[in-house]
Amino acid sequence: MHAFLQQIINGISLGSIYALVALGYTMVYGVMRLINFAHGDVYMLGAFFGYYSSRVLHGKLQSSLIETILVMIVSMLGCALIGMLIERLAYRPVRKASRLTSLIIAIGLSLLIENLAQLIFGADPKFFPQLIPEKQIALGGLSLTNQQIIVVVVALLLMAGLNAFVFYTKSGKAMRAVSFNLDAAKLMGINTNAVISLTFALGSALAAAGGILVSMNLPGIDPLMGVMTGLKAFVAAVLGGIGNIFGAVLGGLILGLAETFVAGYGSSTYRDAIAFLILIAILLFKPEGLLGKGQVEKV
Amino acid sequence: MSLKRWLYIPVILIVLGLLQWACSALLLDGPIRQGPYYYQILILAGINIILAVSLNLTNGVAGQFSIGHAGFFAVGAYVAACISVYGGPGIHSLLGFMPGDAQGAALLVLAMIGGVLAAALAGLVVGIPSLRLRGDYLAIVTLGFGEIIRVLILNIEAVGGARGFIGIPKLSNFFWVFGGVVAAILIIRNLTRSGYGRALLSIREDEIAAQAMGIPVTRYKVMAFVISAAFAGMAGALFGHFTMYLHTNSFTFVKSFEIIIMIALGGLGSLSGAVLGAIVITVLPELFREFSEYRMVIYSLALILIMIFRPQGLLGNASLLGRKRGGK
Amino acid sequence: MKTRTAYKWMGGALIVLTLGFLACNKKPAGSEEILIGEYGAMTGSTATFGQSTHKGITMAIEELNATGGVLGKQIKILSEDDQGKPEEAQTVVTKLINKDRVSAILGEVASSNSLAAAPLCQQSRIPMVTPASTNPKVTQVGDYIFRICFIDPFQGKVMAKFAGNSLKVKKVAILRDIKSDYSMGLANFFKESFVANGGEIVADESYSAGDKDFNAQLTSIKSKNPEAVFVPGYYTEVGLIARQARKLGITGPLMGGDGWDSEKLWEIGGDALNGCFFSNHYSVDDPSPAIQNFVASFKKKYNGESPDAMSALGYDVAKVLVDAMRRANSDNPDSVRLALSKTSGYAGVTGAITLNESRDAVKPAVVLEVKDGKFAFKETVAP
Repeated sequence: MHAFLQQIINGISLGSIYALVALGYTMVYGVMRLINFAHGDVYMLGAFFGYYSSRVLHGKLQSSLIETILVMIVSMLGCALIGMLIERLAYRPVRKASRLTSLIIAIGLSLLIENLAQLIFGADPKFFPQLIPEKQIALGGLSLTNQQIIVVVVALLLMAGLNAFVFYTKSGKAMRAVSFNLDAAKLMGINTNAVISLTFALGSALAAAGGILVSMNLPGIDPLMGVMTGLKAFVAAVLGGIGNIFGAVLGGLILGLAETFVAGYGSSTYRDAIAFLILIAILLFKPEGLLGKGQVEKV
Repeated sequence: MSLKRWLYIPVILIVLGLLQWACSALLLDGPIRQGPYYYQILILAGINIILAVSLNLTNGVAGQFSIGHAGFFAVGAYVAACISVYGGPGIHSLLGFMPGDAQGAALLVLAMIGGVLAAALAGLVVGIPSLRLRGDYLAIVTLGFGEIIRVLILNIEAVGGARGFIGIPKLSNFFWVFGGVVAAILIIRNLTRSGYGRALLSIREDEIAAQAMGIPVTRYKVMAFVISAAFAGMAGALFGHFTMYLHTNSFTFVKSFEIIIMIALGGLGSLSGAVLGAIVITVLPELFREFSEYRMVIYSLALILIMIFRPQGLLGNASLLGRKRGGK
Repeated sequence: MKTRTAYKWMGGALIVLTLGFLACNKKPAGSEEILIGEYGAMTGSTATFGQSTHKGITMAIEELNATGGVLGKQIKILSEDDQGKPEEAQTVVTKLINKDRVSAILGEVASSNSLAAAPLCQQSRIPMVTPASTNPKVTQVGDYIFRICFIDPFQGKVMAKFAGNSLKVKKVAILRDIKSDYSMGLANFFKESFVANGGEIVADESYSAGDKDFNAQLTSIKSKNPEAVFVPGYYTEVGLIARQARKLGITGPLMGGDGWDSEKLWEIGGDALNGCFFSNHYSVDDPSPAIQNFVASFKKKYNGESPDAMSALGYDVAKVLVDAMRRANSDNPDSVRLALSKTSGYAGVTGAITLNESRDAVKPAVVLEVKDGKFAFKETVAP
């Protein structure tokens, strides 16, 4: 029983990581109908920006909280900029072309960022500083740390914030309009380019926040850390219903729990296959995802 | 096919046989110092051509974007290797009356048949459910499938798991690999030019319109997928019997991406483009070995630039040597 | 008609290939240098190990050249990237042998890539010395293949003995890296030897290299109450494993192999690693001048970075090979092979290296204890 409860904590903690990354995925997909494969790599970049900015800032500030916030801001801004650049330089020129074209570009971008990062940062893993000192929280013999809680809480907060943004602000409304119909949105006087740029900036900043929070919790960062996390976050987004903000978080949590229970009670060697098995199953039986709405293809 | 066309088969076989003889005389034991190195690249180029040409059928011609080709490649390689490693002694004793070379050839053919069938079966199993999906979902499912295959192989002790599969006899050579290349090119070329191929093209251009025209869309897509997987399996069988060693590191999704880069470089849907792309991606890095650490950066950058500025690939629909074919 | 176009394709393909070959047909280097080939993963997911080894090899060759090289000639190291893929390892080794005409080959770290390339070296009769491939099968390929590191059965046995005799534990759990042949080999031999000595393996869990979250496996291990956990992985994951294990309340020591040896281990794992043990080739604290000089000059050359096991093995492998050339008084591959097979008591950084009849290094292992960022010498275990 004790181990079972611990596994639930483990699962939620892992799931909240996927949820954080899945939020950005689902946003970009919702608006652009594009799997931004590079999203996982932006998450990695976020962690590395955080790493380097905290090395610059370390010891110069009194409060670790201010340092954390500054590091977050720097990294989120950096990633937002990169997200916008990616969109402007790589995706915008082919927006009118077939979806396959942008998918291949997405694959290319992901490879490009990973390999450039290996050249620039080096292939060896780096230790991510504990910006917020880790504290163990005793819970009747169960293991829980403040950082795990922070990740869960931040994922939920971001989910709520994003939801509020999309549904209750003017930009959010524009985003939804673009998502429904790009051309019609344009005719209504929406600056679609700006909206799409904003989407990428926001999605990438979310990835950066995720990268930093996760790296504090699991403090080894390397240039390929975004590959699997990115893929699994995508699975989580599809599971919850891609384009749906609540779905992303729900999908992340389910995936995290499923992986944890397979590794904990089944065979840990098959853990990596689980995410993809779930993906295949969900696509076969409920392709719109748990919370997604079915769409009819228009001719 | 007319009788005259069937006559080409022995001609091709004789030409391949002569080239094989030339390869071993000149490159392997011959006067050219770097011979074995060239031979190695030649064979890998051949295997990559089969992979690119076969992936081109699903991705280029039928427009169904698969990024799990390395998975079928792996299935073919491992199944074929199992046949010749575990079934080898038995088959050799059965064929005792034949000369040694012929026994090897027979074993390779059996292993290839096994590899092709297994990969085709895998293609069917993956294809039927996932081809109901569109575009990017299909892409991610095939990617997932490729990873599942890898995890499975890592867990099978009989094929070495993480330690790799050793002891595979070296049976494939220029003759077999390029025989495979010719077979893949001819079969896929004839398919694409048949009514079936035109139906696939129409599915690529507009699935709903194709369906309205009475084309059994799903069945055709699955068929294309299975044929493509079968050829990847053949490439795998030839690969394993050339390297004599298999390890899952050869079959990661980076390999799938590499094949995609090949066909994107040559132009999606163009057969000669796929051949050219495979050759360029195999030979070019050898010329720039000094810059090998930048290789993947250059590949990925090239892929992005090509898709932005020349999405039809280097050759586009204008085939290098043949006449123009369908498409845009 | 249609078949003819197929011929044209073949013709076109052949022309492109020939042009390519002509372009890469450069003149070989002059004979005033001794050429040694090196292959390893400089890019890809195992790049960090290939790069570490390369640093050690480069430093050794620079030191040798500064003191006049060998046989009156300078040594040139030709380093090729195999991206961690076996077929690529074969291609670069074929190139090194046939195009560059190297006298000997160094590499690879991963046994899988060594196993792919070793038959080519054996066939061409070029000696190959691997710094870190621990799978026993590697040197069984033939009499031209050597290694200067431990083999899995030995290292597995060392830790099994240590666990049974020194730590006096009876119930051990294993957490292995399913993707790494090194980790799988070590885990298997540890298990075999530990069970044979009357111990019990209470859990055998796995992860894959690149994972960051091990809580699920560790929770399951904890529920079996092992007295110690054997984690034969690389430092890239072990640091995180240790942290998470301690958080979950696993208090027994973790044990591992030479894959742990790196300053990154402590950097990532921190306090969680105190009281953990791993087997290694040498101890940085060893006062012997060879080791102290190596550590000092490595730090000087690479901006204060401490050498890890891979760098030390890379350094030794280059020196062992050149030493054999010196003793053979020739860079002829056959003479070098013969001299290599007679290597005996070579005082390397990673211990006194003697190559036995199966061309494996026979050297004692040291067990180190992690103590506040230092790897303190605990005991020596002879083979």
